[in-house]
Amino acid sequence: MYVLELEKPVAALRSKIEELRALMDAGNLESGSEIAKLEAKAKQLEEEIFKNLDNWDKTQLARHPFRPCTLDFVQHCTKDFQELHGDRHFRDDPSIVGGFCRIDGTRFMLIGHQRGRTTTENVHRNFGMPHPEGYRKALRLMKLAEKFGVPILTLIDTKGAYPGLGAEERGQSEAIAVNLREMAGLTVPVICVVIGEGGSGGALALGVGNRVLMLEHSIYSVISPEGCASILFGDSSRAQEAARSLKYVAKDLLKLKVIDGFVPEPVGGAHAKPEEALDSLKKAVLKHLGQLEKLSAEQLIQGRYEKFRQMGVFAESV
Amino acid sequence: MSWFKRIAPKLLSTEPKKNIPAGIWIKCPECGETLYSKDLDKNLKVCLNCSYHFRLTAEERIASLVDDGTWTELFSGILPKDPLQFTDSKKYKDRLKAATTKTKLEEAITCGEGRMMGQRVAMSVFNFRFMGGSMGSVVGEKITRTIEYALAEKLPVIIVSSSGGARMQEGALSLMQMAKTSAALYQLAQAKLPYVSLMTDPTTGGVSASFAMLGDINIAEKGALIGFAGPRVIQQTIGQQLPAGFQRAEFLLEHGAVDLVLDRRELKGQIANLLGIMLPRG
Repeated sequence: MYVLELEKPVAALRSKIEELRALMDAGNLESGSEIAKLEAKAKQLEEEIFKNLDNWDKTQLARHPFRPCTLDFVQHCTKDFQELHGDRHFRDDPSIVGGFCRIDGTRFMLIGHQRGRTTTENVHRNFGMPHPEGYRKALRLMKLAEKFGVPILTLIDTKGAYPGLGAEERGQSEAIAVNLREMAGLTVPVICVVIGEGGSGGALALGVGNRVLMLEHSIYSVISPEGCASILFGDSSRAQEAARSLKYVAKDLLKLKVIDGFVPEPVGGAHAKPEEALDSLKKAVLKHLGQLEKLSAEQLIQGRYEKFRQMGVFAESV
Repeated sequence: MSWFKRIAPKLLSTEPKKNIPAGIWIKCPECGETLYSKDLDKNLKVCLNCSYHFRLTAEERIASLVDDGTWTELFSGILPKDPLQFTDSKKYKDRLKAATTKTKLEEAITCGEGRMMGQRVAMSVFNFRFMGGSMGSVVGEKITRTIEYALAEKLPVIIVSSSGGARMQEGALSLMQMAKTSAALYQLAQAKLPYVSLMTDPTTGGVSASFAMLGDINIAEKGALIGFAGPRVIQQTIGQQLPAGFQRAEFLLEHGAVDLVLDRRELKGQIANLLGIMLPRG
């Protein structure tokens, strides 16, 4: 069991409830009224906690190993998914997955970061940190979708680009940059959703869409709080402070107009009720696609450009 | 969790150790030769003994590339704000003030129009001394305006990068400048106007992973450090020594990331030549 610090008070109550239930089952407890009371208390406490999450809490939720990931979305929300592999140049990068599918009958090209849950999976997926060939595969699939008029959905969930030797040798910067430029010109609707951690350039490389959304407790940042703390404070353990300063949670990013909206998560977080969270996500995606489907290719390109064009806050003296 | 934490490229030291006060003797950090600063200036701050390239300010860079008396600055008066009310050991506002005082500049980029061997160009040039040339909203906005100006005036674009990457203090807004500038370059490409990216020491992080790597012609200045992740971070990740010359201009040429590695003294002539070929006459 993986229990976050913020979940501990509720987890303690729940284990107490379990104990009482066991007693009752064994015939050693007469009335269930204590259980009902505790259950009400646990529910209230959980609601209270989830109403007051700070940025560090959300960081823990965003990184939760059991938070729904791209392949969970595939399994729960899509039909006829066919994964397509490789960048046609170097290799297949398992930290980004993609392929054609249908969502409630609508064709989609689904592309997302994929991390692992177990150590073995994480080694295979490189902890969801792509190499250049991952971005290149993603772009290849986007162009494929464009060719056949299929809308694109990207799910963003990565700590960031992998800082390794091979990644630099094979042009990490160029691979990310080309995705940014080419996504700007796609003639089909592009919807991007940050579902977990949206880390820096590795996240943005799947992030130039007509709609950019977040799951409620996801984070989307220019740098990890640990990296930021290590540079600015010279101490990566001060990540909590950096998390506050970086304002990388959905509510703040909506205010800054970096995202278009967020998809509410169930109380307890997406990992507690993954199917509920995924259903809400699917609903949001289809709603936005409904709006974008009405637009022409030119309107889609223009709309995407204007959306990113207005990002930024500065003063101008005339 | 913490054993694969990501640490973004550290902004390289912004201390002016490579900037030279006028009228004194300078020791080349590469070969140790003592150089008279006036001679060094005349040689575009390239060591007369070993060709080590000292860093240039934006002003010096512009003078080295643009025909005398043809430079007009554009988009001045666009100033940074503090949208996140960001505070670390210092307030972002105070860091900005300190950078302005130190450099006498408004921001980490200077943009304008000038001529290179007669050819009109739109140009953006980084000032590394201003907060490590980091890209926040102002830098992204001014680069985008330079590209849009070039589109309107049908000019080629030249961007001279020298930056540690995205500016942390503006959070995700800085990250989005990568998308904004790259999207503008999509439009420039559609209009078939040439874009020359000149990467100078250092060009890393979000700047290298956006417009800097998107040149029709990518040029690395001799000896420049160019990469996405900083060498220190990579070394921590892989836990072994990096090969000599890793992420230096010559390494990028060898790995196919840039078209050319040029000595500073060749840049103007070579860029003007390439523009002359790419641009149709008339």
